Amino acid sequence: MTASVERSVSETIATGRVVLDDLVPARAPWSGIVRAGQYLSIVDLGGNQAVDCLLYRADDTTERYSAPDTIAAQSSIVLTATSVLRSNEGRPMMTVVADECGVHDTIGGACSKESNSLRYGHHTVHQHACVENFLIEGALWKLGKRDLVSNINWYMNVPVEADGTLGIVDGQSAPGLRVVLRADMDTLVLISNCPQINNPCNGFDPTPIQLIVTEPASHEAV
Amino acid sequence: MPTVPANSWSRPPLDVDASRLVWAETIAGGNYTSLTVARGTTLELTDLTGDACAHVLLYNADLPSERLNVADTTKVQWQAYLGQDALLLSDLGRVLATVVSDTSGQHDALCGTSTLSHNVARYGDGSPQGPSPAGRELFTLAAAKHGLERRDVPPSLSFFQGVRVSGTGALRFVGSAGPGKSVRLLAELPLTVLIVDTAHPLDPRTEYTSSDLQLLCWRGSASSPADARWSASPEAERAYRNSESYLVARGLPGLTA
Repeated sequence: MTASVERSVSETIATGRVVLDDLVPARAPWSGIVRAGQYLSIVDLGGNQAVDCLLYRADDTTERYSAPDTIAAQSSIVLTATSVLRSNEGRPMMTVVADECGVHDTIGGACSKESNSLRYGHHTVHQHACVENFLIEGALWKLGKRDLVSNINWYMNVPVEADGTLGIVDGQSAPGLRVVLRADMDTLVLISNCPQINNPCNGFDPTPIQLIVTEPASHEAV
Repeated sequence: MPTVPANSWSRPPLDVDASRLVWAETIAGGNYTSLTVARGTTLELTDLTGDACAHVLLYNADLPSERLNVADTTKVQWQAYLGQDALLLSDLGRVLATVVSDTSGQHDALCGTSTLSHNVARYGDGSPQGPSPAGRELFTLAAAKHGLERRDVPPSLSFFQGVRVSGTGALRFVGSAGPGKSVRLLAELPLTVLIVDTAHPLDPRTEYTSSDLQLLCWRGSASSPADARWSASPEAERAYRNSESYLVARGLPGLTA
């Protein structure tokens, strides 16, 4: 399985023109528009780095990623290759076309100063958090707190046990693993390179990620 | 249909005197309601005939940008299946409401509600006043009654139609626990509550099925340190304390009032 997935990932990255190649430092936010037909590769450079991600329709941000619609439509909580990332209107926004990791989360949401106060105690509220990243980066696109919804956590694994217990399972990802998304509509992508240091989602050591947007050759010719 | 005034409702719960009722309504299948309640109000939802699905959203009535966060609710409690004593948490680390009673045990915090496109594909129509209304359309109407917009409709919870997750992550719809099941939500802050009664998005029946949902609300007290649930976990106690702290700073009646 790994060999064929790796081949498809390299083909996707190698094909066509590189539109963007950004290094996102540890703990930092990022945003950008990925046009319909373009590919976004998210590279976990250091391994075990959760990448919190929200999607908005570029020309009408009231339509945005919906974890519940994505989960209900595929009847599974696991995001991996072939998962269609759907909007709150049920429409495909992006599709996972290649995945070297195999499992990603969309039920665990983003860390915030406020939820950190519940999970780890009030002494942690000064720490960096994904919601802060989403708010400051979203403000560049006129998005506010009301626009934040349940997100995707690339490279994070949150299984549900038989009695409903959630876990955050470490060690799913490894250095250099990639997940590749194809935009099915012009999509504003909002990312928080997760700064959480109180649980194993980042191996207790947040690291940089690489984001590459490519445009296939056939697309260029149009 | 609402009963006005609520204290004229003829069938109050056995443990509630009718004089305490502040809201009494039967929501027909495929419909919605919305209301604003004081802290300490109990909201009892009853699936009268076993085919209701109560999709619920909660907002801080004084600060509607603070609302139910389903992801934080499940993550902070390490529990995907919400039931008795579950806290319904906001995106600001506070308890909005507590599930103080649950005779069903079959609910869902993962799938949200239905969309227009889903119900059109599934039943041929999803318009809010059509024969098979989509939950998101009904939530949009309910939100509008409180000055809230379409973008203010986040992922919702639903009661009475259960979903379970297998070891591989696949979902299994387990549906209803039967007629007459109820849940009671205790408001821990002043709340704006949106309730939509429509078929669960994973309901496998080809015919749109949605039956009556009863809503009764009565005055009472919010949770306090005297309740075992207050200190059932460090996370729960911090969440109740955060709500209390907000009320005190805001000058609203809390424990110390």
